[in-house]
Amino acid sequence: MSKRDYSLFGPDAKRAVESGLTAAEWYHTEVPRKVMKDLMARSDQPAIRDTIILYGSMVLFAGIGIALWPSWWSAPFWLAYGVLYGSASDSRWHECSHGTAFKTPWMNNWVYQIASFMIMRNSATWRWSHARHHSETYFVGRDPEIAVMRPPEVAKLILNFFGILDVIKFFPNLVQNALFGPTAAEKTFVPESEWGKVQKVAIVHLSIYLATIALAVWMGSILPLMVVGLPRMYGAWHHVMTGLLQHGGLADNVIDHRLNSRTVYMNPISRFIYWNMNYHVEHHMFPMVPYHALPRLHEVIKDDLPPPNTSIAQAFAEMWPAIKRQVMNEDYFIKRDLPPTAKPYREDFHHYVPGMMPPAAAE
Amino acid sequence: MPWIDACSTSDIDEEDLIRWDHAGKTFAIYHSPDGEFFATAGLCTHENIHLCDGLVMGNLIECPKHNGQFDYRTGEAMRAPVCVNLKTFPVKVEGDRVFVEVA
Repeated sequence: MSKRDYSLFGPDAKRAVESGLTAAEWYHTEVPRKVMKDLMARSDQPAIRDTIILYGSMVLFAGIGIALWPSWWSAPFWLAYGVLYGSASDSRWHECSHGTAFKTPWMNNWVYQIASFMIMRNSATWRWSHARHHSETYFVGRDPEIAVMRPPEVAKLILNFFGILDVIKFFPNLVQNALFGPTAAEKTFVPESEWGKVQKVAIVHLSIYLATIALAVWMGSILPLMVVGLPRMYGAWHHVMTGLLQHGGLADNVIDHRLNSRTVYMNPISRFIYWNMNYHVEHHMFPMVPYHALPRLHEVIKDDLPPPNTSIAQAFAEMWPAIKRQVMNEDYFIKRDLPPTAKPYREDFHHYVPGMMPPAAAE
Repeated sequence: MPWIDACSTSDIDEEDLIRWDHAGKTFAIYHSPDGEFFATAGLCTHENIHLCDGLVMGNLIECPKHNGQFDYRTGEAMRAPVCVNLKTFPVKVEGDRVFVEVA
């Protein structure tokens, strides 16, 4: 059984480069150019509508929460506000980092900056980490955004449903970024020309948190922190729930997104919060397709993909036992059957990757 | 440098591009919304992804992998994660043929 080293400076990172894995070409389903052009077309309208609903709902829920504070009657409104702050911001951060949510660049940038603050990510750093995540999705030692490392630490995964580990990790990093710029690990994927931006963003974020804390101390109440900061914890559960499903229990070190990503049919509320990233195989295969066109892309290519999971619950029922098995056998992963209409998985390359699991471990 | 007959004007839809390979090198040829033609190196300067699967929006080409953007008329890098400009090549149209002056 192999032991994975997720350090960006470790032996697995070196092997991924030396073996040619990082230079390999990913599998793509063939889509006629005219169809793809239509799917890639940008539009402001869907994202403006969704952003008005999102920010309008946040103002409404927070306003009622503040009005009813400190009564427990305010709790449901904080829970609703928290999910929009601590989970919908993840998908807005994601889609706007791709620049596909809106047609107009400044709209993407504004929503990206706001969402980055709410989800506690440095907007200058994470743009680059996400580029790496797309180039080298779940390559051990190369992808800085692996949510479920093997062997999985289940307690940590559960703690993160409340954002606990993310937040504990975020603040020391924020202070370090504000004082000294990017960390050594961040410098491996952020170009030197952007290091100044990393520091500048960190100073802005840190200043807002310090002002919020000062206001809370002055008021003698945690109410300001209920609005800014804490919702990243009490509202994180939805983005962690959906985020784990993206790649959890599936293969790593592969160059076929059908092997390492998961598409899940979800209810309309979750799809609004998640901005259609439940079509995750489709998104990774064609990251230029905006969130609002992913359902159409799914219809175009679904015959070449493993059958989607039919609900969040059904997807967890598939993933969670696999994660538990990975605790004992980190080489284990779920390999889903393809429909007869699909092209075979691109697997030939995988066997040449040192540290990669033997085919017998797959199911 | 020689002008090479690359393609027909009708080979590329307006506001689109095609891949063109010549002498062991790969290029991208664009048909702008104004009806003009342009040529650049074919691979994104960020991670060597071919731009031919990308999206032309006005005078911009967006890389299909990471959504970096270039102005294909000048090669200027316009949106992260691309930082290095794209090499451009002179283009002329004679009749219905598009010629590229390759360096």
